Amino acid sequence: MNRSESLSGPWPGAARPRRMSLRDVIEMAVFAVRGNWLRSVLTALGVIIGIAAVIVMVSVGRGTQAELDRTIANLGSNRIEIWNGSGRMGGVRSASGSVSSLDDGDIAAIRNEIPEVRYLSGQIRGSTQLVNAERNWNSQWVGVMADYFPTNGWEITEGSGFSERDFSSAGKVVVIGTTVRRELFGEADPIGASIRVGRVPFTVVGVLNSKGQSGWGGDMDDVILVPLETARRRLAGSLNLPPGSVQSISVGTARAEDLPSVERQLNELLRQRHRIPPGGEDDFTVRNLTEIVSARNETERLMSLLLGAVATISLIVGGIGIMNIMLVSVTERIREIGLRMAVGAGPREIQLQFLAEALLISLAGGAIGIALGIGGTMLAERFIALPIELSVEVILLATSFAVATGLFFGYYPAHKASRLDPIEALRHQG
Amino acid sequence: MSAMVELDGVRKIYAEGTPAEVAALRGVSLRIERGEFVAIMGPSGSGKSTLMNLIGCLDVPSAGLLRIDGVDIGQLDLAARARLRLDKLGFVFQGFHLLTRMSALDNVMLPLGYAGVPRGERRARAEQALKDVGLGERMQHRPSELSGGQQQRVAIARALINRPPILLADEPTGALDSQTGADILALFKRLQLAGHTIILITHDAEVAHKADRVVHIRDGRIESEERLA
Repeated sequence: MNRSESLSGPWPGAARPRRMSLRDVIEMAVFAVRGNWLRSVLTALGVIIGIAAVIVMVSVGRGTQAELDRTIANLGSNRIEIWNGSGRMGGVRSASGSVSSLDDGDIAAIRNEIPEVRYLSGQIRGSTQLVNAERNWNSQWVGVMADYFPTNGWEITEGSGFSERDFSSAGKVVVIGTTVRRELFGEADPIGASIRVGRVPFTVVGVLNSKGQSGWGGDMDDVILVPLETARRRLAGSLNLPPGSVQSISVGTARAEDLPSVERQLNELLRQRHRIPPGGEDDFTVRNLTEIVSARNETERLMSLLLGAVATISLIVGGIGIMNIMLVSVTERIREIGLRMAVGAGPREIQLQFLAEALLISLAGGAIGIALGIGGTMLAERFIALPIELSVEVILLATSFAVATGLFFGYYPAHKASRLDPIEALRHQG
Repeated sequence: MSAMVELDGVRKIYAEGTPAEVAALRGVSLRIERGEFVAIMGPSGSGKSTLMNLIGCLDVPSAGLLRIDGVDIGQLDLAARARLRLDKLGFVFQGFHLLTRMSALDNVMLPLGYAGVPRGERRARAEQALKDVGLGERMQHRPSELSGGQQQRVAIARALINRPPILLADEPTGALDSQTGADILALFKRLQLAGHTIILITHDAEVAHKADRVVHIRDGRIESEERLA
């Protein structure tokens, strides 16, 4: 019986343990998905959109976070700002005589009575025209004390900055921000040059480090700093400030933990000094800048949560799409399943086959989504100037989302297929 | 040595305990020896399909004992029965049951993946199996490009690719013209000579009489047996 020789008798592989190779499983899944490629692509659309959304959102979120961190560094840390009350309340309250409640006496009292305070500076500010030869520029000036630099994160990058004498004798010296330097000097060396601030000639003794945009969109480098006494005598004429007064006080502590207690002490001390009766309204405003930062962080966190929710919802919708199409697929191929069972496929093999298909759809969708997400992120950066930060972790995160979606939503249809009755499945018409 | 297939008082009741209860088999005892060619005959509704599903390990008896090659089927779970089908049983169906999107060769290779046969070996084995059933020239054709007789040969090659001892055929000639049907039965006869146990289920007396023994079944019971060879 020659013809049937290979169809009979035991053969060497008979005792081999049954194990479908990973390659078999992948090949089967690719075959099934390719056979229905349009349907597979449409099914994957939900995952594609979800994953692309995750990538764009996380990238933009992280980029914004990084930008915010730079802003926080520029604000100077561990810092409390005290402003005159009326200056911040605008026209709502009457003039109430509190226009300039803060003064040198307050500064001295803070220095003497609150030991945790490490840096202390009073400021007044205004705006004026700056002139260097034929160039001119409108900018803001701030009259400061020596501690203003460390509390606000300013450093002198060129020149020497102010000396003790400049502060004590109201020297006509100025330190300029990089924007002012560019507008007044271009490429030329500003140190030692003379510029007019308003009508008064000043000598440039330093250039500040660049801080770029503030968290509120202003140019932080468009500023000049002069000693407080100089500002009082030479620049503050139009402000009508009482002698010895300041518009704001910057307080810095060595440690962030001290801020709440210092803030409380400041409130008490100033209320007492300004003779505000219990229950009366403050004529000053104390702002803890770390509070602003943490408020912004909180907003940021809420944003990410919201964006994460959007991404999650689209992945769930995508996953339901996969589940739906896999259920249809199981029903359509019920005879194939029956036949596979009859020739020896066990529940595990059938389940693996359909799970692999769901996984393949979601992974392919994930890959397309990652490509679209990266593309979209780059477009966002280029055309709407959003800060972005792409990272490998985002891509890994997106991939694991895709895998999780495929596994989670593919499980039920695959399980259902594996539990089919082979007799019913074989007999199924269609 | 135990019989290849052994049934002792096998009963099969569907929808047991409900008003729709149907007793498909009411106590069947039967021994099929190794290398035998047995035809099971009966009109439709006689229980012969149920019997085939039980012998094929696609189902378990409600009561009684069923042994395939000495293994008690009632004790096996789904996965173990699948393994038994893989190792011991080859199915040939009336409707061929080929996967239409695959070539003849891929259809024949299907069980080899489940058996864990190395990839390199599969193709060679499947090609040889198709040559053995006389389809060496049409391996890359899809089922729709093959005649009924050719499709049934592909199905037989697939059923035997893992060299199972038992070939179970359910109306294998039902969809074929008489000449093609005769060719398929001749192939079965040769497979029997090569050592296979062949169990053929049919309602056609002419087909049944190609076997060594015919078992007549009616109303879920064995009515009579006739030995022809």
